[in-house]
Amino acid sequence: MSTIEKAPAKGKTEKKPAVKNISGSVAVLEAFLEEGVSTIFGYPGGAIMPIYDALYDYQEKLHHILVRHEQGATHAAQGYARSSGEVGVVFATSGPGATNLVTGLADAMIDSTPLVCVTGQVFAHLLGTDAFQETDVINITTPVTKWNYQVTDATEIPAVLAKAFYIARSGRPGPVLIDITKNAQIQKFDYEGYTKCDHVRSYRPAPIVRKEYVAEAAKLINEAQKPFVIFGQGVILGKAEQEFIKFIEKAGIPTAWTVMGLSAIPSDHPLNVGMLGMHGNYGPNVLTNECDVLIAIGMRFDDRVTGRLDKYAKQAKVIHLDIDPAEVDKNVKTTVPVWGDCKETLPMLTALVEQKVYPQWLQKFKDMMKEEEEACINPELNPTTEAMTMGEVIKTLNELTGGDAIIVTDVGQHQMVACRYAKFTNSKSNITSGGLGTMGFGLPAAIGAKVGAPKRTTVAIIGDGGFQMTLQELGTIMQTEIDVKILILNNQFLGMVRQWQQLFNDKRYSFVDIASPNFVTLASAYKIPGQSISKREDLKKALSEMLNTKGAYLLEVMVGKENNVFPMVPQGCSVAEIRLK
Amino acid sequence: MPRFETVARVIISYIMKQEFTVTVYTENQIGLLNRIAIMFSRRKINIESLNTSPSEIEGIHRFTIVINEVEEVVKKLARQIEKQVEVLKAYYNTNDEIVWQELALYKVPTDEIAEKVKVERLLREYGARAVVIRKDYTVFETTGQREEINKLIAVLEPYGLIEFVRSARVAIIKASSGFHSKLKEFEKKEPGEEVIENEYLGKGDQVFTM
Repeated sequence: MSTIEKAPAKGKTEKKPAVKNISGSVAVLEAFLEEGVSTIFGYPGGAIMPIYDALYDYQEKLHHILVRHEQGATHAAQGYARSSGEVGVVFATSGPGATNLVTGLADAMIDSTPLVCVTGQVFAHLLGTDAFQETDVINITTPVTKWNYQVTDATEIPAVLAKAFYIARSGRPGPVLIDITKNAQIQKFDYEGYTKCDHVRSYRPAPIVRKEYVAEAAKLINEAQKPFVIFGQGVILGKAEQEFIKFIEKAGIPTAWTVMGLSAIPSDHPLNVGMLGMHGNYGPNVLTNECDVLIAIGMRFDDRVTGRLDKYAKQAKVIHLDIDPAEVDKNVKTTVPVWGDCKETLPMLTALVEQKVYPQWLQKFKDMMKEEEEACINPELNPTTEAMTMGEVIKTLNELTGGDAIIVTDVGQHQMVACRYAKFTNSKSNITSGGLGTMGFGLPAAIGAKVGAPKRTTVAIIGDGGFQMTLQELGTIMQTEIDVKILILNNQFLGMVRQWQQLFNDKRYSFVDIASPNFVTLASAYKIPGQSISKREDLKKALSEMLNTKGAYLLEVMVGKENNVFPMVPQGCSVAEIRLK
Repeated sequence: MPRFETVARVIISYIMKQEFTVTVYTENQIGLLNRIAIMFSRRKINIESLNTSPSEIEGIHRFTIVINEVEEVVKKLARQIEKQVEVLKAYYNTNDEIVWQELALYKVPTDEIAEKVKVERLLREYGARAVVIRKDYTVFETTGQREEINKLIAVLEPYGLIEFVRSARVAIIKASSGFHSKLKEFEKKEPGEEVIENEYLGKGDQVFTM
């Protein structure tokens, strides 16, 4: 690569970087370095070859992980973003490479995960000609991206990527896709250095904080007899865990979490009363319909959380803290909205609320937890059945990790059991596909999560169904020697659908009986050690072996075939109608 | 005690579909039309009329979109539209809050029309004018609201209306004071009072609308 150094400008602007003549491809990689990117998940192909060629010279600075399918790249980047709090970065080629990103983009969109995906595209002059591996990526990905843009001229690249990173990580984060035609990747231009983006006039990342509404919210909280805090991923995305804990501790309010909010506060926090939603805890669901002030923080009242909306918290005054103004009133009518970044609004609210405790109200949650323990939790964690339960596996895992591990889950029964029973001591430790419910998310996300937090133990808990959706990523683990502990909870069924068929379709088990290969043999083909167990007495030993083995490990635990996850709010029922059996 | 009209309005906003005009100020960007259009199609809302054109400010585009929906849906939709990165502002209005017009062209056979119709009266009565008069056909033009345009169709149809076309609605918001001052605020990193529209308490209906 030849560089033409121009003489520095005279006068005060002497420090301005020298103009270099570089290709669009090099500009992409320079932008990544400026944005602090260290890892790229990707897969090469014809239309992105110039970028990969440039990457050859950047291998020392930019760590590229070759996945086995582009969907895996997006999920790995999501796992990376969620465990590190940084933007996940993906490379894919045009056509099929780009269309394979769609599931991951949709997942990142609904779960507000910051991603920047760069796709190659055919030469600009071939656009619209049905060229080889041409597809209309921009229009395909429009509904599943926060922003997307097609670059056909290399000179646009620095500014467009700066905008991409800014949009991906600011406000309510989300995925951004930049499609770059091959000519723009090759084209050389005079590069005048990189300027980070911090403002786009048509985009306001966070609404203006209205102090008077914060005051109004504080007034409602101070007058409340039975206040209840529910929170979601917004607390984690806003990096506001400490502000959040200060708030609930001063206000003394019982606090429940959504699946996406899990791990933002330590599991053993005295005000933590459990999980919300369809398979959440008994007390938080029932008492949602008994509290007098409901304080929702960084959550979006998903239907899996609210159950039947017209019977959801109708008695309560609702305070909603959210960075996204479109969330206020979207599903649940708000009494007082507190717009803004909770990192900013929570301390304002904390300053205005009175120091309080609600011993009787908190006791109510504890009493209901006792009921739930008898009906659901004890049989799950200390079963008397011959077959193992998913719950006891998680419980034993908790004992061995002390709650310090990152838990990545796939989607289904094991996901709900893991969210219900896994213990956490650190934030950003529960990584799961919440909104989209993407089976196949777990394995690639765990790869990314480990790369994003290399010092932490990362356990991927996956069902036998979901594992078979993206198991080709075992190849990625083999090649990059990523230390991911894979824990397959095998019930030989597509368990969640089977549970619904049992409960609501009269046990007509329609295509949920799934056969599996020998997972241990399969792993060994990828040079990953492992074992399969089906007896309770082997559980603890096998789990410790998994955790103590250096490098990746696959442990398959055979669990009861027809176990169900309870409690459960059946679809169309109110949260108060949650079933313990 | 809420006034009867207020209560009635809230109930209506949930159950009664009516015509709304959504006005969207955007950057002039390729692909944005699709991004906005899919917000409607995703919710299975039919777009009755769509106009996109430059606004009073250079570089800023204005979409005028007409839909039939209940107010609750339109309100949420407007917020989702406004959330799009390249959208500056989205408003929604009922017909009595706007001044609106459509333009229509009618092509009729000249001999028929000259022979059988009192053309001057026709033009006067319907505010129409002749754009082209040729031996074989004549093109009339009129602007107005839907009913006025429809009336002229009814009049011309018996004389062999060859072709008819109607433009999308364009609308001016009565209460709007334009976009210049707002744009200035948007261009600043910390927008000032001018764009604070997240009024809520006691005016739940007006959140993010004019």
